[in-house]
Amino acid sequence: MSAEGGSAKRFVLLGTDYVYPRTTNKILRAFLHSKGVKDEDIMEEYTPFGHSDYQTIIANIKKFASAGKKTAVVSTINGDSNVPFYKELGNAGLKATDVPVVAFSVGEEELRGVDTKPLLGHLAAWNYFMTIKNPVNAAFIKKYQDWAKKNNVPNADTVVTNDPMEATYVGIHMWAQAVEKAKSTDTDKVIAAMGGQTFKAPSGFTLTMDKTNHHLHKPVYIGEVKADGQFNVVWKTKEPIRAQPWSPFIAGNESKQGL
Amino acid sequence: MRSLITSVLLGLCCLFGSAHAALDPAVLQGFASEDFGERLAVIGQLGQIGDEDARRVLEALENDSLAIGGGKVLIYDGEKAIDAASGVALEAVPEDIDTLTVNNRMRTAIEAAKAGMALFSTDPTVRLTAATRLRDGVDATTLPLLEKALASEQDAAVHEVLTLAVSRGNLGSGEAAKRLSAAIALADSGDPSVLALLEPRLDASVEPDAAVRAAVADAIRSIERRLAVAGAIGTVFTGLSLGSILLLAALGLAITYGVMGVINMAHGELLMVGAYATYVIQGLFQKYLPGMVDGYLLAAIPVSFLVAALVGVLMERTVIRFLYGRPLESLLATWGLSLVLIQTARTLFGPQNVQVDNPSWMSGGIALLGDTVLPWNRVVIIGFAAFVLVLIWLMMQKTRLGMFVRAVTQNRSMAGCVGVPTARVDTLAFAIGAGVAGLGGCALSQIANVGPAMGQGYIVDAFMVVVVGGVGQLAGAVWAAMGLGLIAKFLEGWTGAVVAKIVVLVFIIVFIQKRPQGLFALKGRFVES
Repeated sequence: MSAEGGSAKRFVLLGTDYVYPRTTNKILRAFLHSKGVKDEDIMEEYTPFGHSDYQTIIANIKKFASAGKKTAVVSTINGDSNVPFYKELGNAGLKATDVPVVAFSVGEEELRGVDTKPLLGHLAAWNYFMTIKNPVNAAFIKKYQDWAKKNNVPNADTVVTNDPMEATYVGIHMWAQAVEKAKSTDTDKVIAAMGGQTFKAPSGFTLTMDKTNHHLHKPVYIGEVKADGQFNVVWKTKEPIRAQPWSPFIAGNESKQGL
Repeated sequence: MRSLITSVLLGLCCLFGSAHAALDPAVLQGFASEDFGERLAVIGQLGQIGDEDARRVLEALENDSLAIGGGKVLIYDGEKAIDAASGVALEAVPEDIDTLTVNNRMRTAIEAAKAGMALFSTDPTVRLTAATRLRDGVDATTLPLLEKALASEQDAAVHEVLTLAVSRGNLGSGEAAKRLSAAIALADSGDPSVLALLEPRLDASVEPDAAVRAAVADAIRSIERRLAVAGAIGTVFTGLSLGSILLLAALGLAITYGVMGVINMAHGELLMVGAYATYVIQGLFQKYLPGMVDGYLLAAIPVSFLVAALVGVLMERTVIRFLYGRPLESLLATWGLSLVLIQTARTLFGPQNVQVDNPSWMSGGIALLGDTVLPWNRVVIIGFAAFVLVLIWLMMQKTRLGMFVRAVTQNRSMAGCVGVPTARVDTLAFAIGAGVAGLGGCALSQIANVGPAMGQGYIVDAFMVVVVGGVGQLAGAVWAAMGLGLIAKFLEGWTGAVVAKIVVLVFIIVFIQKRPQGLFALKGRFVES
């Protein structure tokens, strides 16, 4: 919405038809309302799982975008449907400079199976990108690539790291730290030791586990797709953000903000 | 004496330098700034300068090869660095070199700047893309540029685009006459964004002149009419495109299930085999024939047919031939085969989807009118489906093998009595069905995912088409595929994808209830096995 982000005034909320996109879009709609975006400038569309024919939806997006205001697409399309979606987008001539698509579930691993030329400049939001430059991340990538080569993972020479891998890596290390602190693997004792654990993560920050809700405090990165299927970080938070399990933009969650 | 030499040398340097360095280094220094606004300003200035040096810098920026190092703006290709202002190569790459990141906003500015330069190119196609690019964002800075280009433009197509662009800019002009001619010119546009520009001008408080208002109303009507036509063509095209994909997925099954009566649950995996064959061919071309990589798809067509046919022969010889006439057992056995094939692909190629690129001649599309684009890959696939259909029809109707297949279908024991080698005909027919599925997979690789489980998504659709069309009929499969494609697309435009899918399935259930034999039923006497 900022000038930096392209000053989008209209939003297409596009997702696969299940609970995650529906909830995300409910929160997004409430957030956009709070920023003064009216319902007529928001288009919400859902597709069934495994949907592979995005012709009609892309035509609708084009129609929606031609109303004279800068339009952006927020995509929560799940898994395999992304390839047909982006292919169709490229072939229909919608470039990132016209209608940028920001995806919440497309990362390095997903882009391995995609011809990235038509995707150049589209965006993704994650807590970690493989391109982040710091010694911890370099060591993390090296370790994973060596492991893949040693264990003959298919296509081992092109393996990539991504956000879910980093999250698992951090999580298992924090668990190990908590076990050491609790001096036991007993579930209840480990849970008690878990809150407040910190770990120096490949994302370049020392992450903390929240004492009350046991979510991680994480940085947020926005990256643009590069031609090689990696991301160019164009925006990031200055420090890790505390996770809020209950969105403050949805009515009825007011009493749960302390959690 | 020494000072004289120095000054001569300096003068020479200046001469020499000015021949190369048309760019003032101070202009470029803005790139070193952290502020995106300043960087954008530099891009704008470079667009104004508009010479070869400016173009070189913009192109470097676009290709991620513009860098800052040692306090200078450099063009850096990973090995050597060139001073962007002077074009002189540096002897050593500075230690602190860092590539400038380009974001979407800068990319837009670069494109606009380059388009402004390209407006005066000698190549009409370059001018056309530049004019099209600028048309969508006419503002006070680009309008004089466009007017200048329009005055000297000779090429008819470019002239048309420029006229529309200038008219857009002139809609907000102070003179009523300019606004009137702009509104009249814009009536020829097919662009929905023009509508958004025109609509506020119907208001008397925005547009005081009644004649202009009338012209605007006329223009809106004519654009809307044109858009409605383009929209209808677009919907029919998407329907045909979906239909052709359903048809390609189902044609192989129309032979194995429709004609031979084998319920082949592994049909989807034969599609997958064809798609992976395409992927392998693409890899071979990239490795051994990089110059002809765009032609890989043509080579992949026969290969995917042969590989899938071979897998089909193996399936038929080892499993299916023992199960003719036992639909339930063959259903279970072929389902098992499908799992074996999926796991084989997973072991060979890994569980992730693999990347199959569109050849460059299949990327992009034909811009019809306004925002209706017919993508090339879909146009090609519609043509390919027709080609495969004709091939199968010729094979079934005009060849001896086709005649045998039809004979065995109609009366197996009678055909055997008159000397038709029924077992071999079965194998060949199954192989052809499998091969056609491979062709379908080759086509699907161009628009969908290629992964081990890709076939699972098509098996239901394929059976749907064959059953609705009428078992044993190729023509039925064609009508059913096109009909289902068009119905699905018309409904989707109206109700959304989720509801459209449900409605189509309900329609098929009702249809099969009323007409279990499908659209076309074979007439005549049959020996039920």
